Amino acid sequence: MANALDGVAAMRLAELQDPASVKQVPTRNGFGEGVIEAGKSNRNVLAICADLSESTRMLGFKEALPDQYIEIGVSEQMLVAMAAGMASTGKVPFIASYAMFNPGRSWEQVRTTMALNETNVKIAGAHAGVSVGPDGATHQAIEDIAIMRCIPHMTVVVPCDSIQTKRATLAVAAMDGPVYLRFGREKTPVVTTGETPFELGKAQIFREGKDVAIVVCGILVYNALIAAQTLAREGIECMVVNNHTVKPMDEKTIVEAAERCGAVVTVEEHQISGGMGSRVAEILAQRRPAPIEFIGVADQFGQSGDPAELIEHYGMGSGAIEAAVRRVIARK
Amino acid sequence: MSTLTPQRITELQLHATNVREGIIRSLLAAGSGHSAGPLDMADVFTVLYEHVLNHRPKEPLWDDRDRLLLSCGHIAPVRYSAMAYGGYFPVEELLTLRKFGTRLQGHPERVRLPAVETTSGPLGEGLAQGTGMALSAKMDGKSWRVYVVTSDAEHQCGLHWEAAMTAAKFKLDNLIAIVDRNFIQIDGSTEDVMPLEPFADKYRAFNWEVFECDGNDIAQFTETIEKAKAVKGRPSVIIANTVPGKGVSYMEGDYTWHGKPPNKEQADVALRELQAERERLTANG
Repeated sequence: MANALDGVAAMRLAELQDPASVKQVPTRNGFGEGVIEAGKSNRNVLAICADLSESTRMLGFKEALPDQYIEIGVSEQMLVAMAAGMASTGKVPFIASYAMFNPGRSWEQVRTTMALNETNVKIAGAHAGVSVGPDGATHQAIEDIAIMRCIPHMTVVVPCDSIQTKRATLAVAAMDGPVYLRFGREKTPVVTTGETPFELGKAQIFREGKDVAIVVCGILVYNALIAAQTLAREGIECMVVNNHTVKPMDEKTIVEAAERCGAVVTVEEHQISGGMGSRVAEILAQRRPAPIEFIGVADQFGQSGDPAELIEHYGMGSGAIEAAVRRVIARK
Repeated sequence: MSTLTPQRITELQLHATNVREGIIRSLLAAGSGHSAGPLDMADVFTVLYEHVLNHRPKEPLWDDRDRLLLSCGHIAPVRYSAMAYGGYFPVEELLTLRKFGTRLQGHPERVRLPAVETTSGPLGEGLAQGTGMALSAKMDGKSWRVYVVTSDAEHQCGLHWEAAMTAAKFKLDNLIAIVDRNFIQIDGSTEDVMPLEPFADKYRAFNWEVFECDGNDIAQFTETIEKAKAVKGRPSVIIANTVPGKGVSYMEGDYTWHGKPPNKEQADVALRELQAERERLTANG
């Protein structure tokens, strides 16, 4: 346990502020910066896009590294299979569309040509979650983690803010193997700094606590930290674990957090069914049973609306997290 | 004019007969698998491995090899047999087809058997991956080519046409698709199940160069593929008209042999017929 907690001091998080004044940047911007840097340092890195270069933030890559950029139009199955072919010749393709279409539409190509085929393709799933907002349910991927984490060989990464998304992009570019990298559309709070460490497969303890472990990934890390801060005023001390690598998950840190707190709340902008929290439950059921509450979308589709309003409506706001913490404490 | 001498044609026909024997023996040993497609493509695979491909069987992952992709993975026995008779691995390994621990999986896997290039079986994915490889070769200034063997029925898959569109966009004249036009699929004739005609026109509309030939005529197929290699500025497709089950009389033209193997008695008949063909070719040659 000591080792994991030693990391807290080194996390150097941004100062928590209310949403009105906190710095907000879309996670996709971090991807856009990261993929350019990866492409400049390795000329085999390619960016392949299915008619969404601006919104997936591949446009900068196209301008900076035109010889490494490929546009293939609205054909998401092609996006995956073609990239797999290119990867088999030594390329490192990043392929971008909305998560709903890639990997949403292209699942079998992902399984066969990327994973079973063991090709070094990186899926950039943009506009994940209900926080896409006004586009509505058709464009809100909330099943993508489930359908990616069940595929052998796949690495699944859900960074928490724009800075971490950039670091994750560079990290997955440097590793060999198929990856699903998930990020969102909206501006969301920046909770890390340039000095916050990042290592694939290593969950991060962003806040220490002894009463409940909140295990969270993606843009809801901010809400989890706000909930923990609010609860601390009532004397409830929550550990907050940024569980950015959904697969392979950092089992050691998850088990130690459950051991320390004896109760867990998982938080993700995804269906409860099959997501990051499901994996946490699989690990804990086997290794350290503890009461768990799950924050996520409860077997529903999204709809049009303001992102913040949708996060609240589907029960993923900081208030909902606080309520889940209280419920799980009552079950200890 | 084909570059093949009459003697070379006979040699290749004999080789194709051996490849057919390997197909029958491996299917019999496996007890499951597809018969008609592998048999009808034995001539095409013989020409590819023995005449067309720039490859090194003893160095299967040689960087500059031509890439041969089998999109319709279910006809894997013909590829395995052509590889075995082409020197990639011992012919007796064919008897491990579809058995536990084999490199010769029911549908091919790149990671298990070097130089099959892709994992295939789910239809309609080969041309997409081949397009990616051919584009890589262009980007890197490489001279190796990509050949993608497809079934006719997998042209019912949308992804195949996404690939056809993309290959034309990037003017991939280092990419040649070869269609096993045998008109059969699991549920019957392609034209009953989901009509593909006018087939050649579809490719023309996608800005491909189109060739048609008898896929069971070694000289004609060889001549056609040489023409396709000379095309500049666009990808080529060879529609190879084949007779399903070619070389085994009771299978020829019968779609019910698409997805099943011969039993012992049927295999014996097939092997006797192939032996007779071998003797005929040897006598003539």
